[in-house]
Amino acid sequence: MSEYLLEMKGISKSFPGVKALQNVNYQLKAGEIHALLGENGAGKSTLIKVLGGIYHPEEGSIFIDGNEVSINGVNDARDNGISIIHQELVLVPRMTVAENIFLGREPKGAFGVDKIKMTADAQKMLDNFNVGVDADMEIADLTIAKQQMVEIVKAISFNCRILVMDEPTSSIAEKEVNALFDIMRDLTSRGVGIIYISHKMSEIFEVCDRVTVLRDGTYVDTCEVAQTNRDHLVSLMVGRELDKYYVRDHVASKDVVLKCTHINDGKKLHSRVKDVSFELHRGEILGFSGLVGAGRSETMQCIFGLTKGSKGEIELEGKKVNIRNAVDAMKLGIAMVPEDRKLEGLYHVQSVRFNSTIEVLHEFINHFYVNLGREIEITQEYIDKMHTKTPSQEQTVTNLSGGNQQKVMIGRWMATHPKVLILDEPTRGVDVGAKAEIYEIMNELTKQGVSIIMISSELPEIINMSDRVYVMYEGNVTGCIDQKDISQESIMHLATLETTGGTTNA
Amino acid sequence: MLEQTGKGIKRYFKDNLGILIALIGMVVFLYIWPKTHATFLTPNNIFNVLRQSASNLMLACGMTMVIILGGIDLSVGSIIAMSGVFAAGAVVWHGMPEIVGLLLGILSGLLFGLFNGFMISMTKIPPFIVTLASMNIAKGIAQVYSGGKPIRCMTDAWKFLGAGYVGPIPTPVVTMFIVFVVSVLFLNRTRIGRHIYAVGGNETAARFSGISISKVKFVVFAFSGLMAGLAGVTIASRLYSGTCTSGDGAEMDAIAAVVVGGTSMAGGSGRLGGTLIGVLIIGILNNGLNLMGINSNWQYIVKGVVILAAVYIDFIRNNKKAA
Repeated sequence: MSEYLLEMKGISKSFPGVKALQNVNYQLKAGEIHALLGENGAGKSTLIKVLGGIYHPEEGSIFIDGNEVSINGVNDARDNGISIIHQELVLVPRMTVAENIFLGREPKGAFGVDKIKMTADAQKMLDNFNVGVDADMEIADLTIAKQQMVEIVKAISFNCRILVMDEPTSSIAEKEVNALFDIMRDLTSRGVGIIYISHKMSEIFEVCDRVTVLRDGTYVDTCEVAQTNRDHLVSLMVGRELDKYYVRDHVASKDVVLKCTHINDGKKLHSRVKDVSFELHRGEILGFSGLVGAGRSETMQCIFGLTKGSKGEIELEGKKVNIRNAVDAMKLGIAMVPEDRKLEGLYHVQSVRFNSTIEVLHEFINHFYVNLGREIEITQEYIDKMHTKTPSQEQTVTNLSGGNQQKVMIGRWMATHPKVLILDEPTRGVDVGAKAEIYEIMNELTKQGVSIIMISSELPEIINMSDRVYVMYEGNVTGCIDQKDISQESIMHLATLETTGGTTNA
Repeated sequence: MLEQTGKGIKRYFKDNLGILIALIGMVVFLYIWPKTHATFLTPNNIFNVLRQSASNLMLACGMTMVIILGGIDLSVGSIIAMSGVFAAGAVVWHGMPEIVGLLLGILSGLLFGLFNGFMISMTKIPPFIVTLASMNIAKGIAQVYSGGKPIRCMTDAWKFLGAGYVGPIPTPVVTMFIVFVVSVLFLNRTRIGRHIYAVGGNETAARFSGISISKVKFVVFAFSGLMAGLAGVTIASRLYSGTCTSGDGAEMDAIAAVVVGGTSMAGGSGRLGGTLIGVLIIGILNNGLNLMGINSNWQYIVKGVVILAAVYIDFIRNNKKAA
């Protein structure tokens, strides 16, 4: 019996033009949670795909319980007790939890599938882990976190012993993260080994036992979490010491740039924005915090003119304005970088240049005349300002890393010269180096008098970058915190506050 | 500026290398092949190929934009029939001047395009369904109006658009050239042209970009209808009659030309330059198979295989590029 449940030795894998993995080692013990850490492009996903049988390495070998195994396909991986929970969940939304768990191996009854037995069995498994989900609910009605738990239960039902979790918390709220961690700890007590991929340092320190760092496809180091610290890990990932991570030395003024009163999305059913009022000062970074589903993004979409039938008053620099659509908002100098850049932002098949200039076409296209020189100039200006790394302006935007895609997105909106810049989750899916650069750019912008609204689900980001923080709960603002009082506790208190004084619940 | 143009031409060759080779290969083959050597590269035959390709290029210009938008327009074949019989009927049965009849035919195509655009942008019914329905409606209107019989019209003024000449060049070739240039300017040199790529590439992102999605869809489908109307009267003029079978299968030739030309059915990318080559490939293929004396039933099979091969080669090339 080997000391390790899983051992990957000397794994190398290359793609045309890139060495994705070079001689990488990784060991997982039974009952441990072992983080895999690295910037985007460091080779984490490639390593996981090798483990999952999707890629075949040119060199290296994989041992389970000390025996060498060859994993040539997804089925081999499953037979060896390996389960991977991807960032994008692969459950069927319009089927029940039980149907999803037993997909493809439904228990047979007299007439086709024995639904009663299936539901009962599924419920037993769910209860076993205290998931708190009914087996006959539809997946689409569950929160992302609950769906993730169903995925875990499904994986365990395949007798999985090695569980890979790829950024499981990227889209779930703090409270649910804790429930997820409880389940993970429960699993390890049963001897399962968990490979945990995450960008969030705080989570690694909270839940992981050991951490392996990859950089540029090579193995850097493995440390015991208890014997390391955040700065050390960051320096391992980036390959240099990051002197400052959060940069914030601007001074916000007290002038009110944007004043929104009684914003309401006008929806009778499933209203996400009930009554939101707030003020934005010139040159400040105004944080918007709250649980996922609190209505922060939806509020900004109302202000940006994307929600038909939304109500409320908006004053920009003291003047009442009427924003009927996004074009109106842009003309007034409001810009919004949406939350989900894959879904709401990028034109994937198009070039960096196309993606950079789509909001400012009027600056270089006029009556069948395209001023290509001007277009190249604008694109280059924002590539330089944002420090976007791209081989050329013609590069297809999908081929950039997440951080660089985000920089293209922010650059696109900066090109409209906004007075008010709304950033919805500006660093989601962005690696550490690029994160620090984005913070620096935000700080720089506020010095130039741009006022920023930053929606973020990452508390450290909110705490370290905001001048003030509004907290929302279920479509209402539950409070505003000044910089000196911002803390995890004060935010979480407001984020779970049921009702507020003075606001009416429609 | 000159340097940019040079770069553009270079890129055009690079992007369309696969289908350009296919096109040149077909020309060389037909020139060498003993049976077609004497006839294929004569000015007469070249003009013949172009004349027959003209209506397909008109349709394909509209179709390229529709497909970049992520849609499809199945109704263009039926609009050809409808606009043809309307134009001929107006002249023959109602005694209108030829020019008025032809314009009415084009207008009927535009109206149908506006109808498609309205339905697609206002109701959110998928373009496939909307144009499948309007395909049937337009075809039905053509048959009801014409009584199912060709409406013959032989006057010189009528024949000019499809069978006439401007100097030494056939009129439809001139029309085709103008349509192509206008389409290229529209798609590549206007803001709404960019918006077509944006909406087709990612509709949600386009909404966040403040692009009026319904306006873009409306304009594109209207343009496709207009092109089908123009193609319809051109064909009716060339055949000396408005016939309700004249556009049968035309939508498929147009879609084939667009796809062979490298426009992705997934939307968001594609170029009219590629479509032009696609139209020529299909035109030469039809012409070559006729010259070689191949039975028309077999021609369908050959055409199908060539379309698959051309698209597949491009598919492999693009996948290699991406990896």
